[in-house]
Amino acid sequence: MSQSSPDSASASAGPPVGFLDRDQLPKLLEALLDAGYAVVGPTIDQGAIVYGEIRSVDDLPMGWTDRQTAGEYRLQRRNDQAYFGYAVGPHSWKQYLFPPRTIVAQADRDGDQWRFESREHDDVPRFAFLGVRACELAAIAVQDRVFLDGPGADDVYRRRRQQALIIAVNCTHPASTCFCTSMQTGPRATSGFDLALTETPTGFIVEVGSEAGRELSLRLPLRTPSSAEIEAAEQARSAAEAQIEKHLNVEGIRDLLLTNLNHPRWDDVADRCLSCTNCTMVCPTCFCSSTTDVSDLFVEHVQRERTWDSCFNFDFSYMNGGPVRNTIRARYRQWLTHKLASWHDQFGVSGCVGCGRCITWCPVGIDLTEEVAAIRETSRETSEEASS
Amino acid sequence: MRPLGARSAGQTRVLAAASTVRTAPAGAATSLASPIANACGAGLGLWHYQAVEIAAVDFEIPGVATYQLAFCDPAAGAAYRFAPGQFNMLYVPGAGEAAISISGETRAPDGSPLRLAHTIRTAGVVTGALAQMECGGSLGLRGPFGVPWPLESCRGRDVIVAAGGIGLAPLRAAIEQLAGERDAFGRLTLLYGARTPDLLLYPADLESWRRRGWDVQLIVDRATPGWAGEVGVVPSLIERLQPLCPARTSLLTCGPEVMMRFSALAALRRGLPAEHVWLSMERNMQCAIGLCGHCQWGPEFVCKDGPVFSYDRIARYLTVEAL
Repeated sequence: MSQSSPDSASASAGPPVGFLDRDQLPKLLEALLDAGYAVVGPTIDQGAIVYGEIRSVDDLPMGWTDRQTAGEYRLQRRNDQAYFGYAVGPHSWKQYLFPPRTIVAQADRDGDQWRFESREHDDVPRFAFLGVRACELAAIAVQDRVFLDGPGADDVYRRRRQQALIIAVNCTHPASTCFCTSMQTGPRATSGFDLALTETPTGFIVEVGSEAGRELSLRLPLRTPSSAEIEAAEQARSAAEAQIEKHLNVEGIRDLLLTNLNHPRWDDVADRCLSCTNCTMVCPTCFCSSTTDVSDLFVEHVQRERTWDSCFNFDFSYMNGGPVRNTIRARYRQWLTHKLASWHDQFGVSGCVGCGRCITWCPVGIDLTEEVAAIRETSRETSEEASS
Repeated sequence: MRPLGARSAGQTRVLAAASTVRTAPAGAATSLASPIANACGAGLGLWHYQAVEIAAVDFEIPGVATYQLAFCDPAAGAAYRFAPGQFNMLYVPGAGEAAISISGETRAPDGSPLRLAHTIRTAGVVTGALAQMECGGSLGLRGPFGVPWPLESCRGRDVIVAAGGIGLAPLRAAIEQLAGERDAFGRLTLLYGARTPDLLLYPADLESWRRRGWDVQLIVDRATPGWAGEVGVVPSLIERLQPLCPARTSLLTCGPEVMMRFSALAALRRGLPAEHVWLSMERNMQCAIGLCGHCQWGPEFVCKDGPVFSYDRIARYLTVEAL
């Protein structure tokens, strides 16, 4: 079992175990495929770097980078052949751990009666995640709290999570929408992975983060890195941190938002927000779902299907004839206060990891760091008391 | 054909002991903790349905009926425990699930067939499908879920139950339990209101509760010919209630949100401590265990942090529109 899985204490990065030459990267892929993993990683599809099946290193976006701002994402050619020289795209790893669509139960007619069967324990593939960024490691850790802690652990998530092997990649090229430094989730991967790679022009510094990672490293043609290579990796990581432009002031943010539920800024953002649900779809920690029935024609074999849902959907809060949150203002407020404030009450951490996806993929370019700043500027902590 | 799971469909769920509506002596272990943890910890997963069937349908008022549900597996019925205020997810395959409060149970002294009562108003797809079903109809059941009424904390105190309309249903099992352990509590007062006299639920139970120590006061929004009782709203009964020792009185209230709000405010104005005023909230529920996100109300998951909340915990959210 991977030690980056939540069942065991997550190990911190040890000293570099070695260096993988650039032309040896296929050996990593081979080792993963030989071990029976379904390798998923970054690949180009429809003009974006998404996550998909990786069968060879040619599937990786070698020599590509991304340019992201609020409401905009474009791919651009790099002037080198880096395999991982970009930030994050619209996909996150949650689609593999918390599948967008999954059958959780079924009901079969047996004469007059229904026979029920849980489907949470269906077979699942063993995934190897190749190219997980520090913010994404943090997001997986957040979803571990959501799905594994508390009164009901989700078996669908747990089984996929326990089998997943995580190969992190340290960021060397953040996007303008990244703010991991504000959320203290990156850009350096420090724990929660089995192996971590830092790309340099000649190859990869490899760090081990778990027993499973160590075993995998033994099957790779690693050599001792030169001091120049170690230096190059260190510089690339530091440069990434220095390039982060965006910041979110998180001081007292939980109380700030929960005592400003009637702030006029909510009306302001409601004028711009389309309630399109993009932000929740791309957010790596959003976990809302719905469960509906899918039936055959004769209603003799019915499946309960759990699908991703979004608090921005109009009927998400439907009750007794209408939605409780029947305005965009109410729905945007719900999303932001949940993500940045209520999440602390519920799970003991922020729901935001600073990946910036919601900013990039918002069609009207709403930037939650700006929204929070605007509320902070004219905050009214009046009769709405914060709870202790 | 997918292999079926290793468990049989009728496997029993072992739940934490909780107070139930029984004629058993008051020594039975009571627990305020939600039995959810035990139910899922039994390794059966979140989506394990018990097969139940409709043992009886009792018409109550137009649009409302009480469904008595019996477990198809008697062992499952014998092992099922709930605490007043909790709810089940009732599943009609093809239509979906609905969260329905448990309004009572019937169990023979030897522990045999458990019937769980659910008073249901036809309001949407699932309850509409239920309304088409007859005795013998087959359903799925998940539960129980939610934080129950804090009956343990009411021991030795005077208890006011303030119910509005169908809000009496989630309170019924609590009223029964207190009536069954009369000596453990102080003054017991039920303040119950409906829109018109013909919409008052459970007339036979109201009489039974009167006989067993409850002071039952009824009120209607609008009188009809023959009604000789009070006219107005439930909070007005709280405002006028005598005698009242606020410091040792608890209020349990369930009904439309606005009714609960004003009942709580009336109670506070009479001097009841906010931490002894309890409301049963409602929101859209799908998973019932705090994972689907639908039932959130501020930071609270109504399904697992509630539906019963103390007023001091959630007062600030009651006044925020469309939260």
